[in-house]
Amino acid sequence: MLEPTLTWTSLAPAIPEIYLAVAVCVVLLVEAFTGDKRRGLADSLTLVVLLVGALVTAVYAHVVVRTTLFHGLYVADELGYVLKLAGFLIVAVTLIYSRAYLDQRDILRGEYDVLGLTALLGIFVLISANSLITVYMGVELLALSVYALIAFDRESGVAAEAAMKYFVLSAIASGALLYGMSIIYGMTGTLDLDVVAARTSAGYASLGVIFGLVFIVVAVAFKLGAVPFHMWLPDVYHGAPTSVTLFISTVPQLAYFSLAFRLLAHGLSGVTVEWTQMLVPLAVLTLIIGNVVAIAQSNLKRMLAYSTIANVGFILLGFVAGTPAGYSAALYYTLVYILVALGSFGVILLASRHGFEADALEDYKGLYARDPLLAVIMLALMFSTAGVPPFIGFWAKLRIIQELWATQHDILVVFAAAASVVGAFYYLRVVKLMYFDAPAADIPNTVRHAGARVTLALNAAVVLALGLFPASLLDLCARILH
Amino acid sequence: MHAYALSVLVWLPIGAGLIVLALGDQRIVAARWVALGASLVTFALTFPLVAGFNGASAAFQFVEHVSWISRFDAYYALGVDGISLPLVVLTAFMTVPVVIAGWTVIQTRPAQYFAAFLIMEGLMIGVFSSLDALLFYFFWEAMLIPMFLIIGIWGGPRRVYATLKFFLYTFLGSVFMLVALIYLYVKSGHYSIAAFQALPLTLLEQRWIFIAFLLAFAVKVPMWPVHTWLPDAHVEAPTGGSVILAAIMLKMGGYGFLRFSLPIAPDASRELDWLMISLSLIAVVYIGFVALVQQDMKKLIAYSSIAHMGFVTLGAFIAYDIVTNTGSLQGAAMGLDGAMVQMVSHGLVSGALFLCVGVMYDRLHSREISAYGGVVNTMPVFAAFMVLFGLANSGLPGTSGFVGEFLVILASFKANFWYAFLAGTTLILGAAYTLYLVKRVIFGPVTNEGVASLKDLNGREALVLTMLGLAVLALGLWPAPLLDMMRASIHHLVDQAVATKLPV
Repeated sequence: MLEPTLTWTSLAPAIPEIYLAVAVCVVLLVEAFTGDKRRGLADSLTLVVLLVGALVTAVYAHVVVRTTLFHGLYVADELGYVLKLAGFLIVAVTLIYSRAYLDQRDILRGEYDVLGLTALLGIFVLISANSLITVYMGVELLALSVYALIAFDRESGVAAEAAMKYFVLSAIASGALLYGMSIIYGMTGTLDLDVVAARTSAGYASLGVIFGLVFIVVAVAFKLGAVPFHMWLPDVYHGAPTSVTLFISTVPQLAYFSLAFRLLAHGLSGVTVEWTQMLVPLAVLTLIIGNVVAIAQSNLKRMLAYSTIANVGFILLGFVAGTPAGYSAALYYTLVYILVALGSFGVILLASRHGFEADALEDYKGLYARDPLLAVIMLALMFSTAGVPPFIGFWAKLRIIQELWATQHDILVVFAAAASVVGAFYYLRVVKLMYFDAPAADIPNTVRHAGARVTLALNAAVVLALGLFPASLLDLCARILH
Repeated sequence: MHAYALSVLVWLPIGAGLIVLALGDQRIVAARWVALGASLVTFALTFPLVAGFNGASAAFQFVEHVSWISRFDAYYALGVDGISLPLVVLTAFMTVPVVIAGWTVIQTRPAQYFAAFLIMEGLMIGVFSSLDALLFYFFWEAMLIPMFLIIGIWGGPRRVYATLKFFLYTFLGSVFMLVALIYLYVKSGHYSIAAFQALPLTLLEQRWIFIAFLLAFAVKVPMWPVHTWLPDAHVEAPTGGSVILAAIMLKMGGYGFLRFSLPIAPDASRELDWLMISLSLIAVVYIGFVALVQQDMKKLIAYSSIAHMGFVTLGAFIAYDIVTNTGSLQGAAMGLDGAMVQMVSHGLVSGALFLCVGVMYDRLHSREISAYGGVVNTMPVFAAFMVLFGLANSGLPGTSGFVGEFLVILASFKANFWYAFLAGTTLILGAAYTLYLVKRVIFGPVTNEGVASLKDLNGREALVLTMLGLAVLALGLWPAPLLDMMRASIHHLVDQAVATKLPV
């Protein structure tokens, strides 16, 4: 493969990462010198950094033709471009939602933002990874930042417990990933995913490759939170500060999609039949456990954690289809899920106050009477996740079912449809609490931070608008994964 | 002038609903008048549609066709034929009394109440006029959200249970319809209903598609044994919710059978018609008996709705036996005519009965039959209306209830004597449960102080019931315009239903 010598222009596709790495240092320095005097400065600066990052990416890093950089370690394509742009914007939104929450709990510190940025850097590395080494680097950079974020509120015992759990279990998954990669390397003699793809499809699909594949599938399933590798997810979502739950339930999904796409759909495309077969039971179990266990939850964060698991089941079904159209359905589902999760956790953040986490379902009784805007937004988001038109979640489920029909997965179609009906129940319950019940007496007021409320309203408006006019996002997802 | 007629009918109420929502409870007087104005204008806008409609053609008219999602070949495509136009008009008509009936009765969050009904009106008209399956499903499902809120917010004591049951039941059925629609898309590459109707399908495919549709439509109609959500939803829903539920939403199930099941899976319909006929007759006979023993007025009318909707499915699916026995497409068309008239008539009559119950409930806050008795002594005008609608419900000639039932029973004779015999029991059962209700509630001596203190209809209530009463009589005395409007489309439907779609 011919690769141009490194020049400023040839580095252009990597501008998001380079920019972000520099920005991390700047924010860290600013925090170090002004942190105690001007609280919140680093946070505002980070917001600017992210918005400028999105702009820079949009202007300079747009690649139409797939190119590899750094001797095949790094790939720039339209998928990466779109996901990075989305990454900048999503992190910016999470910061806007989180600010009041962090401020009230006295953890509005620059380190929090720096960790968010390094996690984002890890996500970017993963998005553009074209080699087993880069994949692993991205995974670890993301995971290490997230461990620290979860434990960021050092006063909180549950947060520390959640971080510990995640750290230990995630280490095992990383071990599995590395082990699988080493076997693939041993069987194909290369770390470059392009070459791995070429060699596995050219008859190298031996038992050894499949043996390595098992471990990689396990690692991917763990990161996504697929059953039976999901046990960390509810505890971490529940234990982490809500702002961190918001973060880890949204942006990293971009990375995990890329992880599955780059490793399985691209690198190991020669053994697609094998890994789709492995994903089928995972997806089915994930749908059952996620949806059924969510019904039994009394804590909204835990319920949304199980809802995440259920959604992962749908994303996996997109991969099960094993076609580019199926992957684009999975990508669409991922983006839709992120959009809705952003809003849902955003509502929790705005409903909570110092000393009041607003994470029990009971806390949402009569929310409509207390704060109609938040209630309407939550209503739209819940119906969207349940897959009811006119909201965007409907199209996500439609796409997955379409691709399953197109690839003759008849039984999975029926299964997915049934699972979405079970899921509808617990989303409706949230609406019921907000609209049909009377509010409890002693619940503190919701946060009236104008910026966060406007962003949240916009977030819900996008959920509706893309539900009414879904063509643009559907086309985008289909185009970048054709 | 007609270029955007249907779009206006869909989006005008929805837009007005949003305005009402924005006006809010603080400016409720303005909100009410906007709601009334919008519902009246929407209804008035159906007049040019009816006037400009060419009943001699089975083609869709007032068609709009705009690309919506080009990658799925899905269109924002609207149009009406003789089957959907009456239902569109019915929807626009029935929203007016609902708005008037809720005028001052609704005390909590009134603006949202009116907004919900307006938005639902637009969505329901969308369901009846969609020519694209995806758009159809879009409206079909979106409509559940306002209804869920209507029952849940303004409903009775067990409203949460009722509304969750309602939503989950219909959602379960609908999801499988969606699965079938997507299958048809994958097979044909289009989402247009016409393309689905033209697509050749093997018997196995048709069977599964028929069953998937059946799940969705049977729940909505509702047919025995998936009817159990309806009594709960009706009892707990506020008056307006019950009216729309009975008058319009149940018709969507019937409409679905005519628009989807029969033309898309005709061979499976022929094969499984025994199932449909059995379920319909069970609804007519068994549910008729169930209605007889009800103690709650709304529940009684709810069960009577199920029995009456049994005529709709019966009229639709006896077509195959008629064609086999007599070879006459005319006879089959008669059954479908009956089904359609029954839908429109039931929309008017059941809506009116629920409004009557609402009138009494607003005064005494009870739906128990035993809480009333001798109402005629204190509310003579109301009693006259109640008796009129009661007679219409039992199918008295001269009311709309007679026409549909008569046509269906007449057609059943051509299919099988026993079908007609069992369907005919409704004349006894329907009269029994309705007149027994009327007797216990309206006639006899005044039974308690509550009834003694009743005041007769106020102007608003009288206006609403007069509107419906006139419609019931008009349709009963002179059904010809409705039949003329449907004729060509029904014949086209019969042709589609008896043709085979098996691939050669």
